[in-house]
Amino acid sequence: MSELNYDKITNLVKENSKIIDLGCGDGTLFKKLVEEKNVTGVGVEIRQDAVVKAIEKGLSVIQADLDEGLKEFPDKSFDFAILNRTLQSTEKPDYVIEEMLRVAKKAIVSFPNFAYWKVRFYLFFRGKMPVSEALPWQWYDTPNIHLLTVNDFFDFCKNNNIKILESIYLTNRKSRSNIFIRTITNFFSEEVIFVISK
Amino acid sequence: MSVGIVETKYFQINEEMKLECGKTLKNVQVAYETYGNLNDKKDNAILILHALTADAHAAGKHSEDDKKPGWWDNMIGPDKAFDTNKFFVISSNVLGGCKGTTGPSSINPETNKPWGLDFPIITVSDMVEVQKKLIDFLGVKKLTVVGGSMGGMQALEWSVNYPDMVDSAIVIASTSRLSAQAIAFNAVGRNAIISDENFNNGNYYDGKLPEKGLGIARMVGHITYLCEEAMHNKFGRDFKGIPAFDFGIDFEVESYLDYQGRIFVDRFDANSYLYITKAVDYFDLPKKHGSLKNAFEKTKARFLVVCFSSDWLFTPNQSKELVKALIQAQKEVSFVEIQSTLGHDAFLIEVDNQTKIIKSFLRGKEE
Repeated sequence: MSELNYDKITNLVKENSKIIDLGCGDGTLFKKLVEEKNVTGVGVEIRQDAVVKAIEKGLSVIQADLDEGLKEFPDKSFDFAILNRTLQSTEKPDYVIEEMLRVAKKAIVSFPNFAYWKVRFYLFFRGKMPVSEALPWQWYDTPNIHLLTVNDFFDFCKNNNIKILESIYLTNRKSRSNIFIRTITNFFSEEVIFVISK
Repeated sequence: MSVGIVETKYFQINEEMKLECGKTLKNVQVAYETYGNLNDKKDNAILILHALTADAHAAGKHSEDDKKPGWWDNMIGPDKAFDTNKFFVISSNVLGGCKGTTGPSSINPETNKPWGLDFPIITVSDMVEVQKKLIDFLGVKKLTVVGGSMGGMQALEWSVNYPDMVDSAIVIASTSRLSAQAIAFNAVGRNAIISDENFNNGNYYDGKLPEKGLGIARMVGHITYLCEEAMHNKFGRDFKGIPAFDFGIDFEVESYLDYQGRIFVDRFDANSYLYITKAVDYFDLPKKHGSLKNAFEKTKARFLVVCFSSDWLFTPNQSKELVKALIQAQKEVSFVEIQSTLGHDAFLIEVDNQTKIIKSFLRGKEE
C-alpha cells in the first residue's frame, strides 16, 4: 500500500515544484519526489531519529511540531504542502490544514478511511477497535487521535470553503480516481488522497 | 583514523586591521592548522571555528608523544564527520586569543611590551575579518563554516558578511545573541579576574599571574557547560573521601571544578578571557541588522542548525529562533535537536549523531 500511495502522490506533484512535506518521517516520499520530480523544499518531522534519517538522505528537514503551526513560513511560499497519513495523528487537524493552505497553493492530504467496510465490520463483529494494515496500532498505543472518514472530510471541506481538486481512492493495492458517488467511495476505500485548495 | 602528526603554522597580516570599535591593529599574526588538501576548484574548504578557549589545534597530534590529540579530533579526520579525504579543513585561533594569534598577551609594537588592557576591544566580526585574511591567503574560493557555541556565532557572522564565499554553514549549540543569564555568568568570571590581587590592571606578565581569579572564572564556566542532570550523573553528592568538617574540598563536584580551574590557568591568559567573553557578550546579530531575518536576507548558504535538549547556556529555543528567521528569509535550513543529558558540553561529546547529521549535510556540498 505504501508504494502505491507514494506513486500516486508523486504523480500529483508537478515537476520542479517547491514542496513542504509535513510529518515527512524518514524522508522516503520526499526523496522519491526529489529524484522523480526534481522538487525542492523542506520536510518537517517531530522525531529526532526520523529527522536524522531524512537528513542522511540529503534532504532539508526541520525538527518541529506541526501542531505548533507553520507560522514562520510566508504565505504561498510552496507549490504543494503534503500531509501524508499524518492528518489523523495531529492534535489540531483543522488548524494544520488551514496552515497548509496558507503556506502552499495546493495541499495533498492522505489518511486511512475509518468508514472502510473492513473497518466497519471489524468493529461491528469483533466489537474491538479496528486493527489493519492501514491502522496497525492498538487503541492504547495509536498515534491516531483524530480518525476520520471520507464523508467527514467532504463535510469539513464544505464547511471551510475548501475546494477538492482531485481525489484518489486506494483499496486492495489498486487506485481509482475522482469518483463522486460518495456512499460507495466511503464504503470501499481503505485510504484516500485529496488535492485541495482554497 | 587520525590526521596524524600536524603542525601549527603562522600567517602574518601585512595590512593594518580596522576593528569594529574604530581602532586599528598592526602586525596581526594568525595561528592555524590545515588537514587534507585544497582541490583545483578551491571550493572544498571547511573552516572550523572554535569556542571560547580552544585553539588552532583541532585534530591530530603535534608529536608521537602527545598525550591528547586536537580538541575536535573525534570529528575531523579520514572518514570522520569532517572527512579529510574529501575536504580541506582549516582551523585557526581567534583574534584576542593566547594560542598564537595576536591578543592581549602579544607584544605591542609601539611599546615592545605585552598589550595587556591597552589591546583594543575586539568583536566576533573582527575575529571573522582576521579569518578572512587567512582564507584569502590560502587561496580558498568557497567554504563551509562550522562552529559550536562561540564558533557558531562566527559561522553566522561569516555567512552574513561573506554570502558569496560561504556555501554552507553549520551552527551547533549556538545563538544569534547571548541571553542575559549567559552574560551574567561571563560578568562573574571577568569580575573574579579583575579583582584578583595579582591582576594589576592587566599588567601581570612579568610577575605573579591572576591565577585565582582566572581559576574561579573557569569554575563558573564549567558549571554553565554542564547541567543539573549531567552533574548528578557525573558526581552526584559523592564525597572525595570522608567529610573533613572544614572548608576544604569535600565533594567530587568541588574537586572537579577545582581541578578544571587549576589546569586552565596553565594554558590560558586572563586578559584573553576578558576580551573574548566580552566579544561574545557584544555579539547581537538582530540588533546589528534590524532583525534576524534581515541579517539572513543576503546569505546564500545552506544552513544546518543543531542544538542539544539539555543545553541551558545556548538553549534549544535560541537555535529555534535562528531556524525561524532563516525560514522567514526563505533560506535552505535543516534543524535537529539532539536529545542529550550532557548540557552545553554535548557539542564536544555527542559524536555519533553529529557525525551522521553533518556527513549527510556535507554530501550536498560534494554534489
